[in-house]
Amino acid sequence: MPEPAFFVVMLVKIAVVFGLMLLSVAYLTWLERKVISDFQVRLGPMRVGPHGLLQPIADGIKLMFKEDIIPQAADRTIYVLAPTLALIPAFISFAVIPFGDRVRLFGQSIDMVISDVNIGLLYLFGVASLGVYGIVLGGWASNNKYALLGGLRSAAQMISYELSMGLSVVGVLMLSESLSLVRIVGAQSQTWFILLQPIGFLIFLICAIAETNRAPFDLPEAETELVAGFHVEYSSMKFAMYFMAEYANMITVAALATTLFLGGWRGPFLPPVVWFLAKLYLVIFLFIWIRATLPRFRYDQLMRFGWKVLLPLALANIVITAAFVALR
Amino acid sequence: MEWLLFVPLAMLALATAALVILLRNPIYCALALVGTFFALSGLYLLLQAEFVAVVQVIIYAGAIMVLFLFVIMLLDVGHEPPPWLRQDRPRLLLGLGLVVLLVLELAVAIGSWIAPGIRGPYTSDYVNAVGNTQLIGRLLFTEFLIPFEITSIILLIAIVGAMVLARRQ
Repeated sequence: MPEPAFFVVMLVKIAVVFGLMLLSVAYLTWLERKVISDFQVRLGPMRVGPHGLLQPIADGIKLMFKEDIIPQAADRTIYVLAPTLALIPAFISFAVIPFGDRVRLFGQSIDMVISDVNIGLLYLFGVASLGVYGIVLGGWASNNKYALLGGLRSAAQMISYELSMGLSVVGVLMLSESLSLVRIVGAQSQTWFILLQPIGFLIFLICAIAETNRAPFDLPEAETELVAGFHVEYSSMKFAMYFMAEYANMITVAALATTLFLGGWRGPFLPPVVWFLAKLYLVIFLFIWIRATLPRFRYDQLMRFGWKVLLPLALANIVITAAFVALR
Repeated sequence: MEWLLFVPLAMLALATAALVILLRNPIYCALALVGTFFALSGLYLLLQAEFVAVVQVIIYAGAIMVLFLFVIMLLDVGHEPPPWLRQDRPRLLLGLGLVVLLVLELAVAIGSWIAPGIRGPYTSDYVNAVGNTQLIGRLLFTEFLIPFEITSIILLIAIVGAMVLARRQ
């Protein structure tokens, strides 16, 4: 492919993925409110547009015009910087996830992934491990006890569960023999890895919920004990940025679960992109379902579960998978 | 072409490293150190060591520095005056002496035979052909197996030691 065409294709891919990501983030808030209200036998947003479909846009406009308050005792620099630090990792991690098969367009073959790097999975873990900075620093810079406690809880939680998350995908790596997500999808042409790695998938899913700070692992922002946790002092667009980061992270881990365990974009009859989105939204629906069903963990339960249940289980999974691969 | 990336990254690494010791608020120092890690990670990428680059970010920026921040926030370390304002002549002299020593060592290392001279079997062509991650994995489990295992024992001892200290009460 000639250089200028390469850059044009790259820019178009980035623009499309970024635009769809922003749109999905906005409408995930609507989806979550609708699904949860269905679980609770009420209607949810109904006023703005048919079935509340314009609610995310109204919310966005409202948040943009809200007064932006910075507490007097806050550390201004970090207070302003922290929401951005939460948002950037959430959005750049999608760059290595393949969302379709290679297509031919205008005589060029185009990969349906922004960048197929040979360490794709490690890149994702690297970026994901940075998401905690936005939360910890936001909690500290607010100069508020609740916010600080939320931030500290988040740091401990994310580091604990990152470990099990990393170990849970080692089985997938051993089966696919590659860190490139494109190759991992390629290795699932026969069987999806969820069938070969059911325990790995379960551990990954639990850790993914913990990493995105969602119920039942939403201790960093536990409303009943910490008011709103790390973002209690944030208002206006800065609050919205934390919100967007949380939903963007949700999309990313769902996409990762799809790519690693559910065969990525593979599937019969329908075009690959449709399959990818269908699986993605299935995982997201599962997240919302779990949030509507389970009560929050206590802090000691959370730590004990992470270190004494998930971690040994993930290690045992690696040993068994290794034996299986060696004997094959 | 490589210079276009190397020079800004090197400057960033130096600038953030300087900020780590010059800034007064420990939280800012820790963040500057994160910046240094990122710049170093970029330099590793330029050397085609993708695995090391990403591991640098995951372990240092993503885990160790988060724990540093955790401790700084919990202890609420106060704003200390910068070192050059403290009236502490002996330490100042000791520090200056060490700096002179370090600069001399670096001058010897970079200026003469060491840096450009040695060439091993792992040229960038070879690394690209085998794959960076694969090569590191293979070397760790063949040539460097014993140092690798010793490192894991040392880490295990550190973990046990931490447990003993934390549980003593």
